[in-house]
Amino acid sequence: MKTLKDLISKLKLVFSYIGEFKKYAIITPLLMVGEAGAECAIPFVMSILVSTIEQGQGNVDMSLIWMYAGILMALTVFSIICGVLGGVLAAKASTGLARNLRHALYAKVQDFSFANIDHFQASSLVTRMTTDINNAVMAFSMVIRIVVRAPLMILFSAVMAFISGGVLAFIFVAIMPLVMFGLIFLMIKAMPIFKRVFKRYDKLNESVKENVEGIRVVKSFVREDYEKDKFATASNSLTKEFIKAEKILAFSNPIMNTSMHLSNILVLFIGSYFILEAIPVGGVGTLNVAVLSACITYGIQILAGLMMVSMIIVMLAISMESMRRIGEVLAEESTIVNPENPVYEMKNGDVDFNNVNFRYSLEAENNAVSNINFKIKSGQFIGIIGSTGSGKTSLVNLICRLYDVSEGEVKVGDVNVKNYALETLRNNVAVVLQKNVLFSGTIKDNLRWGNENATDEEMIHVCKIAQAHEFIEKFPDGYDTYIEQGGTNVSGGQKQRLCIARALLKKPKVLILDDSTSAVDTKTDAIIRKNLKEIVPDTTKIVIAQRISSIEDADQIIVMDNGQINAIGTHESLLKSNEIYQEVYYSQTKKGGK
Amino acid sequence: MPPHGNNFKGKPKKGTLKFLIKNFLHLYKWRMLLVILCLGINAASNFSASIFIRNITDTLTSTTLTKAEMWQQVGILLGIMGSIYIVAIFASYTWNRVMAITTQQYLNDMRIKLFNHLETLPIRYFDTHKHGDIMSLFTNDIDTIRQFISQAVPNILMAVFSITGILVVMFVYSLWLALVVLFGSFFMMMSAGRQGGAANKFFGKQQQAIGKVEGNIEESINGLKVIKVFTHEEKSIEEFDKLNDELFEYSNKGNRAGNIIGPIMGNIGNFIYVFCVIVGCIIMVQGWNNISIADGVAPITYGVILAFLSIARGFSVNVNNLAQQIMFVAMSTAGASRIMDLLNEHEEIDTGYCDLVHIKYHKDGTFEETEERTRDYAWKHPHQADGTITYTELKGDIVLEDVTFGYVPEKTVLHNVSIYARPGQKIALVGATGAGKTTITNLLNRFYHIEGGKIRYDGINITKIKKHELRKCLGIVLQDVNLFTGTVMDNIRYGRLDATDEECMEAAKIANAYDFITRLPEGFNTMLDGDGSNLSQGQRQLISIARAAVADTPVLILDEATSSIDTRTEKLVQEGMDKLMEGRTVFVIAHRLSTIQNADAIMVMDQGRIIERGNHEQLMKQKGVYYQLYTGAFELE
Repeated sequence: MKTLKDLISKLKLVFSYIGEFKKYAIITPLLMVGEAGAECAIPFVMSILVSTIEQGQGNVDMSLIWMYAGILMALTVFSIICGVLGGVLAAKASTGLARNLRHALYAKVQDFSFANIDHFQASSLVTRMTTDINNAVMAFSMVIRIVVRAPLMILFSAVMAFISGGVLAFIFVAIMPLVMFGLIFLMIKAMPIFKRVFKRYDKLNESVKENVEGIRVVKSFVREDYEKDKFATASNSLTKEFIKAEKILAFSNPIMNTSMHLSNILVLFIGSYFILEAIPVGGVGTLNVAVLSACITYGIQILAGLMMVSMIIVMLAISMESMRRIGEVLAEESTIVNPENPVYEMKNGDVDFNNVNFRYSLEAENNAVSNINFKIKSGQFIGIIGSTGSGKTSLVNLICRLYDVSEGEVKVGDVNVKNYALETLRNNVAVVLQKNVLFSGTIKDNLRWGNENATDEEMIHVCKIAQAHEFIEKFPDGYDTYIEQGGTNVSGGQKQRLCIARALLKKPKVLILDDSTSAVDTKTDAIIRKNLKEIVPDTTKIVIAQRISSIEDADQIIVMDNGQINAIGTHESLLKSNEIYQEVYYSQTKKGGK
Repeated sequence: MPPHGNNFKGKPKKGTLKFLIKNFLHLYKWRMLLVILCLGINAASNFSASIFIRNITDTLTSTTLTKAEMWQQVGILLGIMGSIYIVAIFASYTWNRVMAITTQQYLNDMRIKLFNHLETLPIRYFDTHKHGDIMSLFTNDIDTIRQFISQAVPNILMAVFSITGILVVMFVYSLWLALVVLFGSFFMMMSAGRQGGAANKFFGKQQQAIGKVEGNIEESINGLKVIKVFTHEEKSIEEFDKLNDELFEYSNKGNRAGNIIGPIMGNIGNFIYVFCVIVGCIIMVQGWNNISIADGVAPITYGVILAFLSIARGFSVNVNNLAQQIMFVAMSTAGASRIMDLLNEHEEIDTGYCDLVHIKYHKDGTFEETEERTRDYAWKHPHQADGTITYTELKGDIVLEDVTFGYVPEKTVLHNVSIYARPGQKIALVGATGAGKTTITNLLNRFYHIEGGKIRYDGINITKIKKHELRKCLGIVLQDVNLFTGTVMDNIRYGRLDATDEECMEAAKIANAYDFITRLPEGFNTMLDGDGSNLSQGQRQLISIARAAVADTPVLILDEATSSIDTRTEKLVQEGMDKLMEGRTVFVIAHRLSTIQNADAIMVMDQGRIIERGNHEQLMKQKGVYYQLYTGAFELE
């Protein structure tokens, strides 16, 4: 029951995104009422026409024929108009819903924290945004066109059956719920399987993604066959589940056929009995043959309506799980959100860590960093050093809230980072990431990521600080030089300097460089540091580096080891007392020092 | 890198549908025969119902039969009808089940075929296509075929059966009226063709747009960190919206065209009905002759018209059913077109014929081929001319002679590069991004094919060596690490599938990854997912080094393999690797010059040319570019 409630709330959520297309979704069923009306009226007129011909016994009044033909034509035109308009609007409503859902999911994902992303997995998010939306919308488009039409047809035919056939119509009334129960039973059976199907789908997608992205690894280790086997296994298991579900749904058509045939036979049998025994039925007196055949016609129409309903049910069985998956993403709250009364102003670049513990997920046994305590004064230059996996990057990610602390607090400008508006925080705390990314576009375009309204002067200013101005000027197109996708036409060192300049454009209070001068030569590296000190003295600078030379003149150096602070001190003090620092230092200066 | 951006065109090609159907029928000939048979029974039973009903009502209205006789007749008729129905229900279940199973099996085959082909494509293909776009083929495009086969195929067959039957019956009754129906059908076809064409066109664009959207989604999730630190969420949503709106436009237009086919065609059926009435009545009133199979040439009777009209209704219902399927057909043609694009991509060409085999040395220094896994290899070189086989020991003597290469013909990225790597040497490549270092490694493992010059392994031209065998002798560690879903152990074992747990742990020790792995929640059994996103950049590199270590190949390429590893750990890794690579040939690319100091030869590259070569001491004495780089006076640009 709880799952059903959950499902319904997810569905409600999904459909609330129809937005501006709501009117189309409402008008479409109305038009379908028109179409259904015509659909019921047309055979009615046809039967009148037929009886006119019948009664004429070879002599017909052409003017009557023309009249009925005219009515039929008019009804047909009306039906076309309703049908076509309904089709057009249904297309708009459903593809519009798809558009809005894709937009909503995309925006949601942009809003997600990395913990959220890890929860869903990237490839599953991709499937949800494409395949699942397709499934859901396909069903939606069918539903809005049939949801009114089918019940109307059933109702109309049932009424007509009662009027003409009296008690005979109870046969249909008895069979209808049987059919519905049968179909609903199938759906309930099939739905849990579809849930598994979609999980397998995600896995399959993940496998394709890994192969496409890691094709160099696959090929260089000659693992094509291995990967093929892996994929085939994943695909086969998906197929197995799918077949299980489809086998269940394969019963829906025979159920329809059975009920149709059964009702036909019952009507004929009981009808014949009534006629032969001359038993009066309902309001029409004694049953006659004409009534009997009319009754059968209406029965067929009732079942045609049911058939449509069964089609919807099959579609729904498949799409329900898709909708639930979409709803799941929409309902997910980002674990990192703006506080209620956010702080929009950052006083200064002080950074405080108080008893900070952090692990990547609740289930993780080990903290990525633990017992972190330190204070940085605004404008200070802090170096962080430590071995691979010692928690350097995890530490700085907490400052701009890419992740939230598990325990303790991080303060910037004397305010807990959780109390800032996210935009304020991230605009004032600029991070140059370890994995630098430039986007295709000119150098200016790339710099503007830092500040959309930056003037040329401002750009040149920051590029001079980051020692990028000189090489940019050397390009034939200067600042308008086009950067290829992934920044392949600039060197690693150039890329890093552009990224620093881009971050500086934000005029941040705190600047974090995560191993972002590794490809810059030591001399230039030193000039950049000097510039930062002199030109932006108030900005707190936190530098993660592998090279001692990049941080030796820092005000404080934090030595990280195994997720904890091993020591904090200046270059001189650490060199005297800290074993790890000494080891790193000597490993790098052996060439000169030996 | 070669230029990016070739998307799948996905323009529905002619013949796609034909291919699809042919392929399907070819694979499932017998099953489809069964399905067709069952569908035929189904159609016939539906059709027969009207005959039985007529017979029963005739019996009931008969004036010559007694009540008992009537009961008997009705009973017999109902009995026959019931038996036919039971058969029909079984037929219906059979074809539904067979279709359900077959559809999934076909899709499975298709997916596997597509994936298998994908694996054989050259690296160039992956470098020039958006990854999300490729992924879209496996989901969105394959899915269109699901709808086609499970929905469209049986419904179309059913409708075609019924229509054929009905047409035959029409001629039995009246030539003129049948002609009216045929004439109307012609209009139906025309309008269906037009709408179907439009649907086809837009669905083609829709599938293409879905590919683009998926490409964008994939990229944005991968680059989310950058987007977030620059608070660029809005901008990135804006960009997505552009693609999203484009997709909306095409899918709206496609669906619109698809949706209106039904009402238009269904109602043309009504028009035909009306025309039949009018034409029939006029013929009757005017007393013209009817031509029919049943009565030959005779005046038309009202009975004929009535009978004909009920058939005409059946006709329009079936045509309507047929029309509903046009949309699925159009959509699947679009999807199948894109799939065929991929299947038509040429596989990596391999003209090599030399194998790499393990050898066992005898005491006298001679050797022989062995199945056993030794650490010694030889190239097995068959000669076609005389059928003999020569074995050349794999020593790791690698020669590049005057190699010239460009990813695209217009732009040469390597100019006359010559490198001589003697067995056991460590060769370092130094130079700016774009200087051509990675390109050289792309050529060494034949990810790309050279245009000029020669590359020789132990004197054998690499074009003579089977690509797989060539790559088996090469271990490679790249800067961008790709890990796979699975445990840490699985990922290390990827280097050599038959490696024992102990060997994998040993490799992890060499790569200095052992310590951090054992600290993971479940040690070597920790699951990595999402490309190992729960590990740090440096840790991922250590795992990929362990992966190469367990492969234990005679030649190793390290392309910025330790760039994210701290210098202390790097030193330890280096020592381990040096020990492992003793007597083997190594190519190293690194910007951290300390890593390559002990190389036997250092090639300084600039814009596709080697500008300096020598060992550390020689180059330092030379006081050229390397000297400047080393002393920090100059940056790699």
